[in-house]
Amino acid sequence: MIRMEASFQWAWLIPALPLLSFLIIGFITKKWPKLSSTISIAAILTSFVLAVWVDFGVFASGVGAELVEKPYQHVVNWLTFSGVPWGLSAAPLNIEFGTLIDPLSAMMLFVVTLVASLVQIYSVGYMHGDKGYSRYFAYQSLFAMSMLGLVLSTNLLQLFIFWELVGLCSYLLIGFWFFKPSAREAAKKAFMTTRVGDFGLLLGILFLLNKFGTLNFVQLFHMMTPEVKAMVAVGGVSYLTLTAFLVFIGPIGKSGQFPLHVWLPDAMEGPTPVSALIHAATMVVAGVYLIARIYFLFQGASPAALEFVASLGGFTAIFAASIAIAQNDIKRILAYSTLSQLGYMVMALGVGSLTAGMFHLMTHAFFKALMFLGAGSVIHALHEKQDIWEMGGLWKKMRITGTTFAIGVLAIAGVPPLAGFFSKDEILSAALHNGHPVLFGIGLFTAMLTAFYMTRLFVIAFMGPEKAENHPHESPWVMTLPLVILAFFSIVGGWAGIPEHGFAYFVRPWGSEFEPEAMNWLVAGPSIIVGLAGIILSYIVYYGKASDPVEAAFPRVYKVLKNKYYVDEFYLWIIKHIVDGIGKVLYWFDIYIVDGIVDGLAWIARSLGSLFRRAQTGQLQVYAIIFFVALIVLFLAVTYGEGQLHALNPLALGGGK
Amino acid sequence: MNFSLTVGLPHYLLVGAMLFCFGLYGVFSKKNAIAVLMSLELMLNAVNINLIAFNRFLWNNPVEGTKHLLLNGHVSAIFVIVVAAAEVAVGLALVISIYRSRLSANVDELDWLKW
Amino acid sequence: MGDIASGLIFLVFALLTVFSAYLVVSSKNIVHSALFLALTFVGVAALYVLMNADFLAAVQLLVYGGAVAIMIVFGVMLTLRSGNAQNSNLDSRNALAGAIVSLLTFATLGLVVFTTEPWRKTVDLSATGTTTGDISWLMLTKYVVPFEVAAVLLLVAMVGAIILAKGVNDSK
Repeated sequence: MIRMEASFQWAWLIPALPLLSFLIIGFITKKWPKLSSTISIAAILTSFVLAVWVDFGVFASGVGAELVEKPYQHVVNWLTFSGVPWGLSAAPLNIEFGTLIDPLSAMMLFVVTLVASLVQIYSVGYMHGDKGYSRYFAYQSLFAMSMLGLVLSTNLLQLFIFWELVGLCSYLLIGFWFFKPSAREAAKKAFMTTRVGDFGLLLGILFLLNKFGTLNFVQLFHMMTPEVKAMVAVGGVSYLTLTAFLVFIGPIGKSGQFPLHVWLPDAMEGPTPVSALIHAATMVVAGVYLIARIYFLFQGASPAALEFVASLGGFTAIFAASIAIAQNDIKRILAYSTLSQLGYMVMALGVGSLTAGMFHLMTHAFFKALMFLGAGSVIHALHEKQDIWEMGGLWKKMRITGTTFAIGVLAIAGVPPLAGFFSKDEILSAALHNGHPVLFGIGLFTAMLTAFYMTRLFVIAFMGPEKAENHPHESPWVMTLPLVILAFFSIVGGWAGIPEHGFAYFVRPWGSEFEPEAMNWLVAGPSIIVGLAGIILSYIVYYGKASDPVEAAFPRVYKVLKNKYYVDEFYLWIIKHIVDGIGKVLYWFDIYIVDGIVDGLAWIARSLGSLFRRAQTGQLQVYAIIFFVALIVLFLAVTYGEGQLHALNPLALGGGK
Repeated sequence: MNFSLTVGLPHYLLVGAMLFCFGLYGVFSKKNAIAVLMSLELMLNAVNINLIAFNRFLWNNPVEGTKHLLLNGHVSAIFVIVVAAAEVAVGLALVISIYRSRLSANVDELDWLKW
Repeated sequence: MGDIASGLIFLVFALLTVFSAYLVVSSKNIVHSALFLALTFVGVAALYVLMNADFLAAVQLLVYGGAVAIMIVFGVMLTLRSGNAQNSNLDSRNALAGAIVSLLTFATLGLVVFTTEPWRKTVDLSATGTTTGDISWLMLTKYVVPFEVAAVLLLVAMVGAIILAKGVNDSK
């Protein structure tokens, strides 16, 4: 118990060290690249060790059983809004900063620090000689700090701050090679698209704050009473359901769910290690993590909320997987694969299994980071070539990269006993178990598609005919070592969910009892079969081909997939015709109506001025005549017409009665 | 028409009014600045006639406690004459000055007040 | 003198004054205008006499009939360009408007004169005699300050007239 406390109260150091590293690199060692990278890696490795220490603490407390009931919080008060208590809370609003330790955050800490460390080590080789080497590591440190802070957040506001910070880091790193126009555009696109989701999240946070008066996760969790669940917001929709929908918009943007997924493939303009870390393993799963964090909210909301989450996740999974079949850019294939797997995770949460979602998050982080880094190794070896049809024959030249990449492919395809098999299996069994047979079918089909396109990638790039103009060579050890380590975790990562107790033994929603669940071979069996079927089919179709046979067989379908269902074009069309149209109308309104009123007032004054200017002849005699006319009129009016004048003019010339 | 041959205040006032209106017409419509000045003199004379007439027909009695007549109107008329003399002197000087710079003493050409 | 005689005398001088005033503004030659102006001044002086204002009549003759008329003639002489004295006193574009406004003014004044009841009463004109002594008494008692101010005004007007007529540049 004492040992556990000791490790937990130092958890704040885990994000603090990368922050320190960011500041040191940014202000002091920017001119010495080697020193910068050393500091950054030292910081993240120390964080990794601390994270492992914390995880041991979690294991020591009865594998988190106690922490599930009572998460450990270490908070510093940041802001206190005294005065009238907010919402249902009796106390004044407190905004805290702190660390929250429970099995969920402990698992995330481990994954994030591990992948971040490996990616940074890998980057030493990948970014070697780049002009922005120090800047790159500064951003990497900033990102690590933000992501770890997000994971450890005790309340929604703190989470939102770090949520925005990771978004900023993503923007900075996608646009890292800002001299490339495509990178600039991609960075802007990513930033703006995720901002749409962030707005929904912020609204949801405000809704929560308004009603509950606190943003602390634990306090919110304990407020989920039946009366609260019964509260109606508007039109029969319960308050919690509305809030849950709003909050879910955040993950839609951040985790690239269907309508807002367009930024993630473009984000591949950044350096490949960045794609591995941010756009595969960590930042994009922040949305999934957020849903898991406030899972009680979705449980309290009407079933439609979770239904919606599950459907959207399932749709995104199959939607992105189908696009991935027709892509030729190695990184884009991986990006769509990421989208598909994110959809899988969201679907898992939606069908009611937090455990399965987080399990898949972890295993996916391992094998997707592995494949991205492997792709980076290939791109590095081929001098920035990214089209898989220009590769081929790499298997013989790049043994380590090839082997580890193959492990990644098998892991994502769900071949036992690799990691992907276990987590995917848990999702599928959860879908079936909780009464979503359609989603189960979608998941199964997506699993086959996944196996198909990943094998396609591997067969074409590594086993295809060798190209004479390529002179590939194996990457240096700083790049292959992370690959090997990640390959190791891609194999053993899934064993956490071995049939005896399942992953729920470690991670499960707050307040729920651990229920051991045996392996469901009725689910696992078809899963293995479709996975293997996908691999074999893909091997048959693509092995030894120099161009895409699917394109020749189904040109129309292929074209639609190749163009990603024209979603980008559709958005462009909306912006061009509808947004610009509204803009034009408003512009017209501004120019002719608003400005017209203002200019019109000036015009009236000016016209009256130039009209009355004619009266000013400058001749004194004219003035005198007018003066006398007025004098006579006034005299007569005052002398003989006082009553009438008074009636006409209440201002009463010469006083009145 | 009830016109009495006895000369009274209205007759003098009427003469003054006619003189004043001729002067007014001259001031309004004469081009020559000297003519305008002359018309002004006509108007001032009309005023003087009125002052004297009022004094003559309305206030024609001694100051209380003295044997002096109350001649406020006469004194006012003298002051008007003083001011008129000064005005003619300055006015003529102005006209001459303007004439020297513009070679014209026409009032309708003097529109410096314009715009 | 009877009422008829005094009435006739008044009528003569009143007509003289008004008619010469009309000629002042209607004459096309400014020299004639100046001369008729002098005649108007004389007529006004006669009216003063009829109103028992002997001192003012004398002042009128001296100041207006003498000094002002002479100054006006000098002004005419200095500003008259050679050869066109015949048309030296023309009306401007405002003549018609001026005439109308003047007529309106006259109508108004006549209205006031004829509708104000007390003015139409004939009063006792018994008090006669010279006014000079009484004016001087008023001037040196009640109006002594305005009297002195008038003296200063004349001085200032003289200095101003000299400077204006001489020109600022020449005086340096």
